[in-house]
Amino acid sequence: MSKRARNPDLLRTLRVDWRRHWGVYLMALPVIAYYAIFHYGPMYGLQIAFKDFQPAQGIWGSPWIGLDHFESFFNGIYFWRLIKNTILINVYELLFGFPAAVVLALLLNEIRRSAFKRIVQTISYLPHFISIVVVAGMMVDFLGRTGLVNQLMGAFGIEPIDFLKDESWFRFLYVSSGIWQGVGWGSIIYLAAIAGIDPTLYEAARIDGAGRWKQTLHVTIPGIMPTVVILLILQMGSMMTVGSEKVLLLYNPLTYSTADVISTYVYRKGVLEASYGFSAAVGLFNSVISLLLIVAANQISKRFSETRLW
Amino acid sequence: MKLTMGERAFGWLNVLLMLGLCVVTLYPFLYVLFASFSDATSFLQNRGLLLAPAGFDLSAYKAVFRNPMIMQGYQNTLLYVVVGTAINLVMTAMGAYVLSRPNLYFRHVLMFFIVITMVFHGGLIPSYLLVNELGMMNTMWALLIPGAINTYNMIIMRTSFQTVPVSLEESARMDGAGEWTILFRIVIPLSMPVIAVMILWYAVGHWNSYFSALVYLRDSEKYPLQLVLRDILIANSTDSMMTGAASDDKYAVGETLKYATIIVSTLPIICLYPFLQKYFVKGVMIGAIKG
Repeated sequence: MSKRARNPDLLRTLRVDWRRHWGVYLMALPVIAYYAIFHYGPMYGLQIAFKDFQPAQGIWGSPWIGLDHFESFFNGIYFWRLIKNTILINVYELLFGFPAAVVLALLLNEIRRSAFKRIVQTISYLPHFISIVVVAGMMVDFLGRTGLVNQLMGAFGIEPIDFLKDESWFRFLYVSSGIWQGVGWGSIIYLAAIAGIDPTLYEAARIDGAGRWKQTLHVTIPGIMPTVVILLILQMGSMMTVGSEKVLLLYNPLTYSTADVISTYVYRKGVLEASYGFSAAVGLFNSVISLLLIVAANQISKRFSETRLW
Repeated sequence: MKLTMGERAFGWLNVLLMLGLCVVTLYPFLYVLFASFSDATSFLQNRGLLLAPAGFDLSAYKAVFRNPMIMQGYQNTLLYVVVGTAINLVMTAMGAYVLSRPNLYFRHVLMFFIVITMVFHGGLIPSYLLVNELGMMNTMWALLIPGAINTYNMIIMRTSFQTVPVSLEESARMDGAGEWTILFRIVIPLSMPVIAVMILWYAVGHWNSYFSALVYLRDSEKYPLQLVLRDILIANSTDSMMTGAASDDKYAVGETLKYATIIVSTLPIICLYPFLQKYFVKGVMIGAIKG
């Protein structure tokens, strides 16, 4: 910064910069090319959301049709269902998945025997590394009509339920299996925040007569608040995003009414049915909403606390 | 420090809770492990809680290792993991190095355009058309190139590169070292912990990924293991793979085959996991410090 101020002559600055950094710029070329092609390329391609895309005519050559794709999406029969499913899964994740990781971190922090704590941590992180195909595969197996869960329920005389073919179970299964897979891993960041709390704060609290519960309430929780807020902002920013990977493995036409989300709809319409323009429009709609959400969440956080993303 | 009654009771309750968490986490894997070693017929008679294999039979594993699709998938995945991680590493390190140069004139501009891609992206369909346009459809490059750099990882790596003492680079420059030499001889060796984390993250990512293969690959002989697994576990097409076996056996082994496939495909991760865990965790910490 200061360098620029001292050299008002832009050309000279650039020349000096080039002489000193040409090797760096050479190295930057593949990286710039990568971002230009694989990140800005698709943004350029998004124009097909406003076009009647014909593969033979290419992205640029296809005729403009304005907002037709958006209109047919907004007026389509699936619009509200997709919005509702996408948001509800996120709401459940926010209500149950988000606090679960915080609570686990707080509970782990209360364990004094460090060997036991380490073992619990090691075990609870494990599912994070298991592929989603295996997790979904185990769910399909355990929750099937003759699977483990129904066998156990049968032992108590409960009628078997075909969980994955029953739309009323989908959200619960999706979110709870997500917690099973991610709660341990999610707690790491809070444990790091707890480890960063100044120990003299605990000492001071003890001298003031605070027990373990009071220490947690008045030292630990305020100490991890900034981290919680940051992650909450990120979570709010993705309220309209549910990844397609896991849903694609777990849903089927019987459960579309609760399981079909925007990303899976884009996949079916675009990749399977080749309605490129239409599904690009649906995807663009989703991306824009997500962008607005994360900016809004950041603004709100900036207003009410010191913490923010940018 | 004296604990009150309530605190001691909570302590025990907490231990119980944590033990419960461990059981809930591990039991699904144990069940799969036991089922995979079970004798198919006795397994089908007793599908409830397994605390040990029902009977003992290795035919499921034999079927897995004889299965050409699984073996081909395994081989493909190994290739994708090795090549993909190498591409990731070189590209990420180059980007991180460029962004870590303190006086680079265009650094902020570059950073700005890179960070934008973290909050806004073109989405699946434009990427799909792009891959098609580039002629990468139905090749392994479609799985490896579009995700060559994970921006978040690159920023973590940049943060680590920035801690390398400038004096070391200066003296290397005096000795006539160019940017490549500085990156590969000084900066990377001094950032080994982060590099290790990145290798692991990228490699596990490639090992576990299935979606881009689902979208971009047509020929089943190019399928990575996860996509083969998906066919077996989700679409449940074990019978199509068991052609040749007598029809009764076919159904029975088909059942335990699923479990053996899960074990065989997950084993590398589970075996490496205890040793690598601390690196993964370290990675999260580095990311956390960056905030």
